[in-house]
Amino acid sequence: MLYSVEHTTRYQYHEQVSLCHNIAALAPRDTDKQICKAFKLIITPSPEILEEYVDFYGNKLYYFVIEQEHEALTVTVKSQIERINKEAPASYPKQSWENVRDLIQASAGEFIEERQFIHPTEITVAIPGIKKYAEQSFVTGKSMFDAVIDLINRIHTDFTFTTGFTTTSTPLSVVMKEKKGVCQDFAHLAISCMHAMGLPARYVSGYIETLPPEGKEKLAGVDASHAWLSVFIPGAGWVDFDPTNNKIPDEQYITVGWGRDYFDIVPLKGVIMSSSRHELSVSVDVKRVEE
Amino acid sequence: MPDQTAIHSLLRQTIPALETYKELFSDDNTIRPDWQTFFSSLHQLGYKELQNRTIDILRLLKENGVAYNIYNDPSGQSRPWELDPIPQLIAANEWETINAGLVQRAELFNLLLKDIYGPQTLIKNGVIPQELIYLHPGFIRSCVNIKLPSSQHLTLYAADMARGNDGRLWIISDRTQAPSGSGYALENRFAMSSVLPELFSSLNVKRLSPYFDSLQHALTSMAPHNTDNPRIVILTPGPDNETYFEHSYLAAYLGLTLVQGNDLMVKDNYVWLKTIDGLEKVDVILRRVDDIYCDPLELKSDSLLGVPGLVQAVRKGNVAIANPLGSSIVENPGFVPFLPAVAKHFFDKELIMPTIATWWCGQPTEMKYVVENLKKLVVRKIFRNVAGVRSTVDGASLSAKQSEELIRQIKANPYLYTGQEKINFSPIPSWLDGKLQAAHSLFRGFLVSHSDSYVTMPGGLTRTTKESSFIISNQLGGISKDTWVLASGDEDEQPVHLQLASDISPGKIHKRSLPSHTAENLFWVGRYTERVINNARLQRTVMQHILKNNKPFTNEGSEIILLRAATQCTYTFPGFFEENDAVKTRELYTNPWKELTDILYNEKRNGSLSYNLTLLKTAVYGVRNFWAQDTWRVLLQMEEEWNAAKASPHTDHLRMISTMDALNTSMFAFLGMNRESVRREQGWNIMDMGRKLEQSLYIIGLLQSVFQNKQEEQVEHELLESVMIASQSLITYRYTYRDHLQLPLVLELLMLDNNYPKSLAYLIKKIKRYVSDLPKEGKELPLSAHQRFIQEADSLLKLADANTLAQYDKTSKEYVQLNKFLDKLYSLLSDTAMLVSKTYFKHSQTQKQLFTANLI
Repeated sequence: MLYSVEHTTRYQYHEQVSLCHNIAALAPRDTDKQICKAFKLIITPSPEILEEYVDFYGNKLYYFVIEQEHEALTVTVKSQIERINKEAPASYPKQSWENVRDLIQASAGEFIEERQFIHPTEITVAIPGIKKYAEQSFVTGKSMFDAVIDLINRIHTDFTFTTGFTTTSTPLSVVMKEKKGVCQDFAHLAISCMHAMGLPARYVSGYIETLPPEGKEKLAGVDASHAWLSVFIPGAGWVDFDPTNNKIPDEQYITVGWGRDYFDIVPLKGVIMSSSRHELSVSVDVKRVEE
Repeated sequence: MPDQTAIHSLLRQTIPALETYKELFSDDNTIRPDWQTFFSSLHQLGYKELQNRTIDILRLLKENGVAYNIYNDPSGQSRPWELDPIPQLIAANEWETINAGLVQRAELFNLLLKDIYGPQTLIKNGVIPQELIYLHPGFIRSCVNIKLPSSQHLTLYAADMARGNDGRLWIISDRTQAPSGSGYALENRFAMSSVLPELFSSLNVKRLSPYFDSLQHALTSMAPHNTDNPRIVILTPGPDNETYFEHSYLAAYLGLTLVQGNDLMVKDNYVWLKTIDGLEKVDVILRRVDDIYCDPLELKSDSLLGVPGLVQAVRKGNVAIANPLGSSIVENPGFVPFLPAVAKHFFDKELIMPTIATWWCGQPTEMKYVVENLKKLVVRKIFRNVAGVRSTVDGASLSAKQSEELIRQIKANPYLYTGQEKINFSPIPSWLDGKLQAAHSLFRGFLVSHSDSYVTMPGGLTRTTKESSFIISNQLGGISKDTWVLASGDEDEQPVHLQLASDISPGKIHKRSLPSHTAENLFWVGRYTERVINNARLQRTVMQHILKNNKPFTNEGSEIILLRAATQCTYTFPGFFEENDAVKTRELYTNPWKELTDILYNEKRNGSLSYNLTLLKTAVYGVRNFWAQDTWRVLLQMEEEWNAAKASPHTDHLRMISTMDALNTSMFAFLGMNRESVRREQGWNIMDMGRKLEQSLYIIGLLQSVFQNKQEEQVEHELLESVMIASQSLITYRYTYRDHLQLPLVLELLMLDNNYPKSLAYLIKKIKRYVSDLPKEGKELPLSAHQRFIQEADSLLKLADANTLAQYDKTSKEYVQLNKFLDKLYSLLSDTAMLVSKTYFKHSQTQKQLFTANLI
């Protein structure tokens, strides 16, 4: 299946800004489930400096600088992604989660890539009660896969999806207490649970195709950035899980990149030299391309 | 010459005789020859004289402004630097081993750093556990795989060492972030060689300057471009930083530009310095800001100390930073247990210098040991303190509850903790409280990269404490010692007068544009200087007037008008304008001294004299390497006198008045000092422009507040007299006009006289010249906006007539013309000041984060 993604971010300032440094993590990376066939980055005003580089996690980033006076900044990405419809394996390795934990923790030099995703960051740091919450899914001897499935199912049940309640810097303790949040909070929460059990998990940034109610036209710009987590299961590799929608991501999911948490893969961030206020608007369209 | 027995018995009396003690005595119980020589010189000098010289040293250091901690903190937390006149001696043969050990360690850390940010073979081969690196907050992922041009990634390295009872120096900790202390070591040597030159004469003490020459060379040769004459800056967090003295001291000594983050910007993938002439390319940064604070775009996003885009400029190879971003990963006590294996891996050699025994809690057996032996150990985190949280704890100092809590934390995050053995430091002779005593010492050695290896400073920073405490740092107190590394017999003599000479060729130092931050500080030095002088004069005038006219106030009297002028000119509202409460108002006027005292001494009150003095000090300190040494003495003395006045009871009003005279005498000494020693260049012009602007605004404000309305003759006379006193123009008036005081002539003198340096006409003419001398940006109109404003003010004054201005409205009694005229001048001048700031002090722009968040 071929998808097109159009993602526009616009900052409107209240005064002229003369210098603006940015980093965009918006280019979908190639994985075993997708190939990015086309990618275009359109920045207005046109940046004086535009550099492409690969970050620590292998994500493709763009650094750009606007060095002229401007009152608005618009960043649009247009990408085409071939989603490889891989059959989900009939069954996942039955290895218990304790085995996975011990295997990785006893390693010296073999699982460098995986091991770095075992430890919490500032946002996924273990809050009181997190381990207790996780232990209900990670019972003795349970297979790694089943335990994670149980965990995201419980998060989906116990927490309410509410936009506007949390921001990118809301700590997990608040999410845990109020039992609500958005995809990013749920991904962080699940990752934190994994870490509490000594298991590797990473944060995935991407898009999800939404379908309109039956019989209705899909509105433009209603899609959004999405986030979920990926868990390392020896024998199967990194397996994605989406606690927000309680499912294993299928072909409707498009990956942009990953890191330990949101702050490793912020879609667009910047620093301006101005004390001006600004308004932000974002629109995302994920469409199937007829072949 | 006193014989060995006398010295021996003296030392035996004062220094505890330890079985194992090796510092002073050889194995056969004789005093080591170097110490014997040193104490012979000391005997000759005499201990009474030594105490006198010690006081001289303290005075000298204080005058040079050597302070650790916040110099300009209003609560007075600045602590003078203390120096023990008895140095630490290190014998030539021992130094050979120390030097070799430190160079080896620096080379090892350099390879370790390159491996961590490159191929990570140490992790892959299982030599170092991954968590030791990946969980350290100093591991900066954005810096992995950045290609640095030089072969030596680690430019600067410092190590803290202490002598154990076995006589060997042990390494206690390593510094690779932004090692501090070399400037203090230099200043200590400067003080010792100026005050106690005799003590150097009999020993062959190695000079420190070759180290600084190497530092200069290392920085110059790092420059990726412009290698002939690179622009090198020292990046400091600013005057509030505890070691700011050292930053400015090194900047002056090495001829580098001292900058803060907002003085720099990244544009076109290069780093630029904002100067009042425009942008200048920066090639090398000597970094004294912790690395994660250096780039709010890629690193710590809320940092205001950094430069957005700096990591990218490094990535593109357009700027070199010493030490490189990410270097703090190596100052990690968790590495200690693995260092022998790392040395084997890279060199196939043993470590020359021993390191204090360390257990990394990331390994289960080691953690168990640390938890079980907590009382015997020092617990250190693998990274140094973040935001004031102590990273080192003595297990023995903890209560049962605290130990339990610490153990809980260790078990929750074992990777982040180490336990270290406590060693007994051997005591060394020190001169404390006027007598010879034993103290424990910690010695910091400094290294800088040189060709393919490292050069060690032949000396260092020794700090001592009387307690046998394992933690000695500047923040926690401690007295320093000069450290004398002795040359072996066959090396050349080092005469004392050469102790500070440097080989840096003067031809290398080029004239540089003024950084806009420096310019702004100078501008405010000028403004606050005048503000202090003028307010002191006005407040003094008012106080004297109140004291003299010791009679009940009436609403028509000059007293209330003058008291209100004091409020208005100092901006200490409501002050004497308290109008809503009749009881309060009456009290205020019956006893004005409470308020008058408050606006003098209450440093927390905006506009008070104390408050403005603090702001002046801050501005002066912000450009500390701009001033001559004598300037500091004047400022220090002024501060001491002012603090004494502030602390004494404020009942003797005459005495308060004479304090202000003394203050202004010091202020004029400060001004005179600057007039003598500051070059008439941009910097001077900007400072003087600040003064003239402030003075003009003061004259305008004074006239506005006093001559609002026409008063009765007697009152008006008193007011005229007070204004002339408050502007120190009475004598000039009498000499010029030989007439009684009358408003038109007063206005003529204070506003329109072209030849009187205190008149507005004269001041504004000067400002106009300074403004037109400011550098212009290319495509400007013939006159810039600030030029037009000052031009207009100048023309207004040229056309004005004192008699017309002195007319008042017969019914309202208001000086309508004068008020309108002064209002106009005031707004033209403040607009000029604002536009100059906006145009030339560009660093003051604020930075702001842009984030996206729109998620489902």
